[in-house]
Amino acid sequence: MELTARDLTVSRGGVPVLEGLSFTLKPGQVLVLRGPNGSGKTTLLRTLAGLQPPLAGEVSLPPEAIAYGAHADGLKGTLTVAENLAFWASVHGTRDIEPALTRFNLLGLRNRAAQSLSAGQKRRLGLARLLVTGRAIWLLDEPTVSLDAASVGLFADAVRTHVASGGAALIATHIDLGLEAEIFDVTPFKADPDAPSRTPAAFDEAFT
Amino acid sequence: MADMHRTRQARDRFNFLWEWANPVKFMWFSGKALPWLIGLTVLTMAVSLIWGFFFTPEAVNFGSSVKIIYVHVPTATVAISAWFMMLAASLIWLIRRHHVSALAARAAAPVGMVMTLAALATGAIWGQPMWGTWWAWDPRLTSFLILFLFYLGYMALWAAIENPDTAADLTSVLAVVGSVFAFLSRYAVNFWNQGLHQGATLSLDKEENIADSYWIPLVIGIVGFMLFFVTLVFIRTRTEIRLRRVHALELRERMKDA
Amino acid sequence: MIALLARDMRLAIRAGGGFGLGLAFFLIVSTLVPFAVGPEGAVLARIAPGILWVGALLACLLSLDRIFQLDFEDGSLDLLATAPIPMEGTVAVKALAHWITTGLPLVVAAPVFGALMNMPEPGYWWIFVTLLIGTPALSMIGAFGAALTVGLKRGGLLLSLLVLPLYIPTLIFGAEAATRGIGGFDNTTPLLMLAGITAASVALLPFAASAAIRINLR
Repeated sequence: MELTARDLTVSRGGVPVLEGLSFTLKPGQVLVLRGPNGSGKTTLLRTLAGLQPPLAGEVSLPPEAIAYGAHADGLKGTLTVAENLAFWASVHGTRDIEPALTRFNLLGLRNRAAQSLSAGQKRRLGLARLLVTGRAIWLLDEPTVSLDAASVGLFADAVRTHVASGGAALIATHIDLGLEAEIFDVTPFKADPDAPSRTPAAFDEAFT
Repeated sequence: MADMHRTRQARDRFNFLWEWANPVKFMWFSGKALPWLIGLTVLTMAVSLIWGFFFTPEAVNFGSSVKIIYVHVPTATVAISAWFMMLAASLIWLIRRHHVSALAARAAAPVGMVMTLAALATGAIWGQPMWGTWWAWDPRLTSFLILFLFYLGYMALWAAIENPDTAADLTSVLAVVGSVFAFLSRYAVNFWNQGLHQGATLSLDKEENIADSYWIPLVIGIVGFMLFFVTLVFIRTRTEIRLRRVHALELRERMKDA
Repeated sequence: MIALLARDMRLAIRAGGGFGLGLAFFLIVSTLVPFAVGPEGAVLARIAPGILWVGALLACLLSLDRIFQLDFEDGSLDLLATAPIPMEGTVAVKALAHWITTGLPLVVAAPVFGALMNMPEPGYWWIFVTLLIGTPALSMIGAFGAALTVGLKRGGLLLSLLVLPLYIPTLIFGAEAATRGIGGFDNTTPLLMLAGITAASVALLPFAASAAIRINLR
């Protein structure tokens, strides 16, 4: 499965932030998204994940092929680690949570309530969720926040395994994961606020 | 509404129909029309109110209190029409995404709310000498009270949401769902208090009970208040469009700074 | 979807989930009313169906903002939106979980509280039946209101302002059916209307609510 974006314009709060984006994410490929803070990386990932419509352009894959890992992990504090993971597994129609627990070194924590975990442990649990979605394309927004060096290693391993089995990942991150990855810098695609071509159509019809 | 792209293409095809909904065209048109609208509004309202208050005979039993009908009935008519207009504008926004439409719906709400309040107040003032009470849980009165609550909720939702497009979307969904429940409430209220209905002789649908001498200024009054409503909505929509433009410019500036 | 139902119910029952709060609130309302209107049995019996209906409605309202707000804040709603469950299904299941954890206890407890209010015996049955038919509509309409206000930081008060007018038809038909039933009159029409509102709400409002959630997630 290949994720292709063609001539994509994404907007935040009705204002275009990135425009004219085109790229392809091939199976087995890791693409690292770079760009300064506020440049629209999160907006791009949310658009690709189908959480918001693009202002223009298209995305080749339906959101059903994509696993999205946001800043927030979507964990419930009163549920245990295993319960949290098992919930997402059954939502996605997969049953086995053991490999995911093992890969992110969570086996010893499986019966702990998620609220008693440290920030890094929570993040590991959030990343383990990706494995139980069974989806081929991962879109990850700053996945290594609050992870220590060893956990970053675990994460990099998980991505490597995922990619080796035909998956692909688009990762917004500022640290070097030690992965074989291409860099995709969004800075050149920053939307031009005065672009005459876009203003009438994409802004408000005639709020010119 | 996910596929805005497709909507936009469809709109381009029917552009000739929808051109008036373009903000620039609307500003041009409403700017030309407003002086005429204001003039007509003043004229019709003055004629109906002066005729109604000073040149209609006093009713046999009720004295001059009956003359409040020239405010009561038109405000009530506008109060209901305003909601229908909001519903239509909301649907147009949801389906075709014309900003003018969403802004006109927003503009109509406070006018409709005030008209509802005016209808309730004049009803109470009229009801006191007529029925001996300021308020009765008559189905008609109750329905207006409920309509007032719906206006309140709709306006509160507009006010609460920062992003204008999100606000337009959510209030439109509320207007559609709310309309269904408003109709249900009307039916429910009729059912709930069917035995005690009073005063139907005074209302619009029993027009045969009102002599022509009352009727003609009343019709003029209804037309006048409708024009008043349209005028206010035009003015308010123009303001909303300008506010949106300011908002858009601010966002663009912020974007440049980023 | 069953997993989602199980999760929501588990969350409601675990510590801090607020399970039972609605019921306690319902009890307090039923206790306060006699203090306000006096202990006279005949008066209480006459207003009991109305008070119980209003009490159940307010108790239901209390926990509405929990339906989506917590999931919105911790990011679960984003993940659910990208999950293979259609958003309409998510909304319906969450409303169902709300009904099971809030509405159903109220339905079961209402006859007991009716006894506190000196309600005549057929009242136990009728308050139970009308609430059983009507409370699913309260949960579903409430879920719609919660979906509209999910993106707002202090949406609680606004939620009440939006939802309470929408509750009016349900309240009228529910209380009317109970009152008529207790009085021994024919209450087929209000019962059918009540059932109709519930059926239509459950069938149609998930679409409106999921549209509202998608708008809020954008």
